[in-house]
Amino acid sequence: MVALKKIGAQTRWFQNPPVILACATIVGEKEGMGPLGHTFDKIITDSHYHEKSWEKAEQRMLQEAMQMAVERAGLSLKDIDFMLAGDLLNQIISANYTARNLEVPFIGLYGACATLYESMALGAMLIDGGFAEYVLIGACSHYATAERQYRFPVEQGVQRPLYAQWTVTGAAGMVLARQGPGPVITHATIGKVVDLGQQDPMNMGAAMAPAAADTIMYHFVDTGRTTDYYDLVVTGDLGTYGKELAQRILINNGYDITSCFADCGVLIYAPEQDAHAGGSGCACSAVVTCGYLLQEIQKGHYRHVLGIGTGALLSPCSSLQGENIPGIAHAVVIEAG
Amino acid sequence: MIFLKAFVIGGLFCVVAQLLIDLTTHKVTPAHILVGYVVGGVVLSAFGLYQPLIDWAGAGATVPITGFGHLLAQGAIQGVEQKGILGAFSGGVAAVATGISAAVIFGYLAAIFFKPKG
Amino acid sequence: MTQPLEIRKKQYKKLVDEIKPRPPLVRNTVGAFIFGGLIALIGQFLLNFFQGQGLSVNDAGAATSSTLVFLAALFTGLGIYDEIAKYGGAGTIVPINGFANSMVSPAMEYRTEGFVLGVGARLFTIAGPVLVFGILSAWLVALLYHFFR
Repeated sequence: MVALKKIGAQTRWFQNPPVILACATIVGEKEGMGPLGHTFDKIITDSHYHEKSWEKAEQRMLQEAMQMAVERAGLSLKDIDFMLAGDLLNQIISANYTARNLEVPFIGLYGACATLYESMALGAMLIDGGFAEYVLIGACSHYATAERQYRFPVEQGVQRPLYAQWTVTGAAGMVLARQGPGPVITHATIGKVVDLGQQDPMNMGAAMAPAAADTIMYHFVDTGRTTDYYDLVVTGDLGTYGKELAQRILINNGYDITSCFADCGVLIYAPEQDAHAGGSGCACSAVVTCGYLLQEIQKGHYRHVLGIGTGALLSPCSSLQGENIPGIAHAVVIEAG
Repeated sequence: MIFLKAFVIGGLFCVVAQLLIDLTTHKVTPAHILVGYVVGGVVLSAFGLYQPLIDWAGAGATVPITGFGHLLAQGAIQGVEQKGILGAFSGGVAAVATGISAAVIFGYLAAIFFKPKG
Repeated sequence: MTQPLEIRKKQYKKLVDEIKPRPPLVRNTVGAFIFGGLIALIGQFLLNFFQGQGLSVNDAGAATSSTLVFLAALFTGLGIYDEIAKYGGAGTIVPINGFANSMVSPAMEYRTEGFVLGVGARLFTIAGPVLVFGILSAWLVALLYHFFR
């Protein structure tokens, strides 16, 4: 018995493509002042969001974004069959506490910064598999919580190298449905963990680029599509140099996507915002996809989009023990509805 | 004149550290720089090289964290001279007691009274 | 893609090194020199001032360190220190106030985890290792001095 909806090695196609019914995004001040500022639903100016800790602020952002997405879909939380969410903090606390407060059956996910795309792929499978009518997904990150967990306290005087990326403060929620109006998810390519020996916790782009290139290549091989099928191939948070690296690997392997290649991390900040190589974090691909990208698809500027969530599987513990930082990438095909 | 010397020597200590950070791997963090400099100060002091530098450059040599190592080493050595082997345990920390207490007390107060901006 | 992993790793390392931007060495070292020098200069003024007040050389030195430590704690608390460090680099790490910054910054952020395990423990995230290796090496030096003088 073969899996009916499996094509090639890593790709699945959806018989009744699940619909992206509604989205909502919340971002911090820096993201709000960036070039995509106008595409977000809510901008918070207080990094604590009136909470006692940054962790609580992050959790609150996720909860509000998810509630907003459900409202926009014209649903109530009772209609939601599954909630799929994750974040960067230890034991994915932002997602856990959000699930506690929303009281929806919950599957917690950790895919580092690829979490939103991992959730989209799994949510689409749950719906097309007949296990759910509505799936609520979300992801979040916060500059201050991520920095102090993974690197240095934010008030410590440390010069950031030029290839360092800036963790996006923000959260996004999305409602997937079996039917309805909106863009649809037609394919998902689940990536493998790829490790090419990167160890620098400041250079996330270099850790993730091989995984992104690997997943993109398998997607093309599995589907038999050529690069010109897509109006846009957009990665999650490779940043300026990670994007360049992924592009080089792809060209070396015969896939030239230069003309339609973008990266959420490069899009979210302007060069003068001192974010160096661009944005990163779960919220990076999440808010750009749920904000800018889907709005562009709905306006008709893009019809066939290949989105690739990219994650660096960094742990402060393994990093100190001299382990490499492997990468993961999941691709999802979004088509205009 | 002492001001110019202090500026130049103090600056040069930092230039060396900057080069260590920029030209080596990501594994050299500020923590490694601070630890390396303190131990370096102890070693230079043990060979009798640090005191002449202080005599020449004043605060240019005492303000960098290597000066902290120098105080530790000289304190421990003087401790040995006064009390023998027991002084090796007590002399070092006694010599830097003011600095450590100031850092702990001001550090604690700052942590209590300020909220990080992020 | 079909090559053995070890070769791919080597090739990739080369590619990363090729694309990775070099640190702006001149700007960084000039920044470190100026900021490190300025802090030492302030230290010298303080030293002269305290000596002028009648303090001994050692006491004036301790008073100078304490003042710099106080200023660093204040600037870190106000959120200015990391902004200065952007330009000063190692010039803001190596002087004694860098030591203070490395104590205050984690302690302040971990205030949310309580006074004992938050502030108390985190004050020594970086100061701890500095004291450990400083005390250990000074003790060793004194021991050698004791036996071999």
